[in-house]
Amino acid sequence: MDKTRRDFLKIAGLSALGLGAKPAADAFAQSAQGPKIAPIPEALKAKRWAMVVNLKKFKESGPDALQACVDACHTIHNVPKFDNPKDEVKWIWTESLAHALPNEEHHFLEEFVKEQMKGLPILVLCNHCDNPPCVRVCPTQATFRRLDGVVMMDYHRCIGCRYCMAGCPFGARSLNWRDPRPFIKTKLNREYPTRTRGVVEKCNFCDERLAKGLKPACVEACKNKEIIFGDLEDPKSEVRELLRANFAVRRKPQLGTQPQVYYIV
Amino acid sequence: MYNAGKVIIGILIFLGLFTYPIWSPIVLGKAGPPPQLEKPDPAKGKVCVEATDYMRSTHMSLLNNWRDWVVRDGNRIYTGLEGKKYNMSLQNTCLDCHKSREKFCDRCHNYVNVSPRCWECHIEPEYKQQQAVAWRSK
Repeated sequence: MDKTRRDFLKIAGLSALGLGAKPAADAFAQSAQGPKIAPIPEALKAKRWAMVVNLKKFKESGPDALQACVDACHTIHNVPKFDNPKDEVKWIWTESLAHALPNEEHHFLEEFVKEQMKGLPILVLCNHCDNPPCVRVCPTQATFRRLDGVVMMDYHRCIGCRYCMAGCPFGARSLNWRDPRPFIKTKLNREYPTRTRGVVEKCNFCDERLAKGLKPACVEACKNKEIIFGDLEDPKSEVRELLRANFAVRRKPQLGTQPQVYYIV
Repeated sequence: MYNAGKVIIGILIFLGLFTYPIWSPIVLGKAGPPPQLEKPDPAKGKVCVEATDYMRSTHMSLLNNWRDWVVRDGNRIYTGLEGKKYNMSLQNTCLDCHKSREKFCDRCHNYVNVSPRCWECHIEPEYKQQQAVAWRSK
């Protein structure tokens, strides 16, 4: 029985089709059962999460509103409070104008900024940069940028090398020099883990709340809409409306990290 | 080989002692008691996320997968046995049924001499905030 080249190619082609049939059939079977893993249906989704901090409103609301934001975040995430400032761990905190927005300080600053904002503490947190230096320097990929722009920490992977702390120009990251558990002064949130000695921690844009369809804790703690959270890629979103209508600055934009926390001054 | 008799006898004695844990239950007819794990409240349902045998042998890699799916990919729902859906969380899902770390996790982990470091961060139900000491020894 002689085989021509033509016959050989026909059989080879049919065999290749046969080999491809099994994975295709499996894929169809899988989709019939529904996916094994999936996000929570109520989860908030965005192309690019961003935050707008309205300093004018914070000026109206007074210092209690600032403290309410900080407390809400630190309580929910079991952030410890150390007495020694060298051990300090913080996710969201306040800075003076000169420290928070050092490049905006000049003699002829707009009247509101210069007169009324003098001495006003400014709320600062991780900026969830588009070009995050902490992610680039992390040797274990413990910190990474999600597709929706949230710069996340995987504490399981962190080896405590502190490269990210050196890389971050905003001081948004803190190392747990000591076991944090005895220093959690607020009531423990048993739905969220603590951290352990030797890992770096920071704000996660309330990833665990976004997954359940909730806004970040600091946004919720602001009764007067001092902080607005939303999708920057959606032209109709509240953050975009605010940025269109107001003059807003970011922290150290000249460094090119593209911070995504905006301040209305 | 010099002193072949002594060397070979020595090797045999060594092998006998070294394999003692393997042959002793067969020869002596009695193994050490296996760990008794506390079963969760039957009201919580009779099945775990996956079959018992699978959980017994593979729960560690299941948990590792859960971690990666949740932290890296943002997927939090896992479809387990009988199509039941679970929130992928050690602290909020596993410990919701297996209430006691000491009577469930530790009994087996101590028996097989492993000490996973879950509890350095994840809060076990029995943990009391006031009891925290400078460095937890566990």
